[in-house]
Amino acid sequence: MDENGHRGGVPITRRTVLESGTVTAAFLLGGFPQIALSAEAADTETAITPISVELQVNGALHRLTLDPRTTLLDALREHLALTGSKKGCDHGQCGACTVLLDGRRINSCLTLAAMHDGQSITTIEGLADGEALHPLQAAFIEHDGFQCGYCTSGQICSAMGMLSESRAGAPSYVTENLVEAQPALTDAEIRERMSGNICRCAAYPNIVAAIKQAAGAPT
Amino acid sequence: MKAFTYERANSLAQAATGSTKPGAKIIAGGTNLLDLMKLQVETPNHLVDINRLPLDKIEDTPEGGLRIGAMVRNSDLAADLRVRQRYGVLSRALLSGASAQLRNKATTGGNLLQRTRCYYFYDVTKPCNKRDPGSGCAALGGFNRIHAILGASDQCIAVNPSDMAVALRALDAQVETVNADNATRAIPIAEFHRLPGMTPQIETTLRQGEVITAVTLPPPPPGKHIYRKVRDRASYAFALVSVAAVVDAAGGRIRSARLAFGGLAPTPWRVAQAEERLIGASASERTFDSAASDVLNGARGFGGNDFKIPLTRRTLRAVLTEASLT
Repeated sequence: MDENGHRGGVPITRRTVLESGTVTAAFLLGGFPQIALSAEAADTETAITPISVELQVNGALHRLTLDPRTTLLDALREHLALTGSKKGCDHGQCGACTVLLDGRRINSCLTLAAMHDGQSITTIEGLADGEALHPLQAAFIEHDGFQCGYCTSGQICSAMGMLSESRAGAPSYVTENLVEAQPALTDAEIRERMSGNICRCAAYPNIVAAIKQAAGAPT
Repeated sequence: MKAFTYERANSLAQAATGSTKPGAKIIAGGTNLLDLMKLQVETPNHLVDINRLPLDKIEDTPEGGLRIGAMVRNSDLAADLRVRQRYGVLSRALLSGASAQLRNKATTGGNLLQRTRCYYFYDVTKPCNKRDPGSGCAALGGFNRIHAILGASDQCIAVNPSDMAVALRALDAQVETVNADNATRAIPIAEFHRLPGMTPQIETTLRQGEVITAVTLPPPPPGKHIYRKVRDRASYAFALVSVAAVVDAAGGRIRSARLAFGGLAPTPWRVAQAEERLIGASASERTFDSAASDVLNGARGFGGNDFKIPLTRRTLRAVLTEASLT
């Protein structure tokens, strides 16, 4: 087996091995070339014990066997081929990886898939109803809420979470009256509440307009 | 990321026992720990996940305070109506920190344990006594714009990045813990974080195997609650200087004041002398300036962060002016 996981002409990737659900010694050695085999290295490196994780993603149940280091983002993209959630910075700074965990927005790059066994995740792929776009998706198109589009799935998932926080009456740093039951969703409020999503094309004014429109629409 | 074994704790006892293993770490929200693990600044060989432990309640205490479970998410704590009504400084401090996505994950206990944002701590190719004791401090002679002007040592000039902890310091919170032998402790927030001295790698008085279970707040002090945060961006940035203030003022006089500072020191900073000076004093610029001098007693810049000294003075003046408006 070479360093890319090819054996006898049959390409074996970490994904195919992991998803077969069977874990063998050959997989442990071949799938993780970074783990040295010498006894000396074994003293300092922790052996990888794959773990089994069940994720409910966009309504479908998936059973995965994963290296414990797998982030939720990598599980979605690399193991479930849901590549709508993007890897921007991989450090929780850009928001491109935003998904909804039990309805709440989080950075999927800064959490382990193993921590979410049995939980429900919604990604950008799960928002539309068949061919009918979610009102937020439609509003982003109508208002040109993007240029390159790389941050867009994160922006839209984040906006989903933000609107439900807002409906629940959660304040933000710019809310003047902390005890107000339902702070109005002004432009300043939308900007503050969406500050965890960076758009390097700077489509911000259009993103705010799209979210404002969707906030008034049934979701 | 270095390899680790993963364990989900189903009880506090299991969490405490699991975390006594050498190289083990507890993972709660994970927003800081995983960030550091990806860079191999943190390299635990075992993770104990406490996300399923029932530590996510906010309860009224018989004394009229609140007991906040260690796993209460920062967003839930900030939005709790009791916190908004009675501990506005805490709600505001939480809302000023990180992004909404991170606050949905970050926990009360984890926030207290977050590591510094010193660039040299994050850069494993640079010397850092906190990350690699004895290797030196690259920030001392380096780019030190965000670094400490108070409480630093010649080993480390990093600051504590938390906003929440600054508010908790002003509110005299206590940190409750339990260990594997089921022994509990209540640590006053003033004694929770440690100054670097000769051992900057030891940041808190928490012991290996000790798990944070809750943070308790005494009844709220009277007065106006303010959290003023000065930073490079209007949102989603760490504090250069922040002030958590609870100030009781009327008719141009200050009755009492509690002031805690972020961005200035390796721990949330509070100076009793500044608060004592304000008791019964007239709400004037001269008073505010004297209080600022008390706070800045012993302050020292390292070049890049010299500006924090006048910035602290001005920020405190602005906060006290706002607090004494009726």
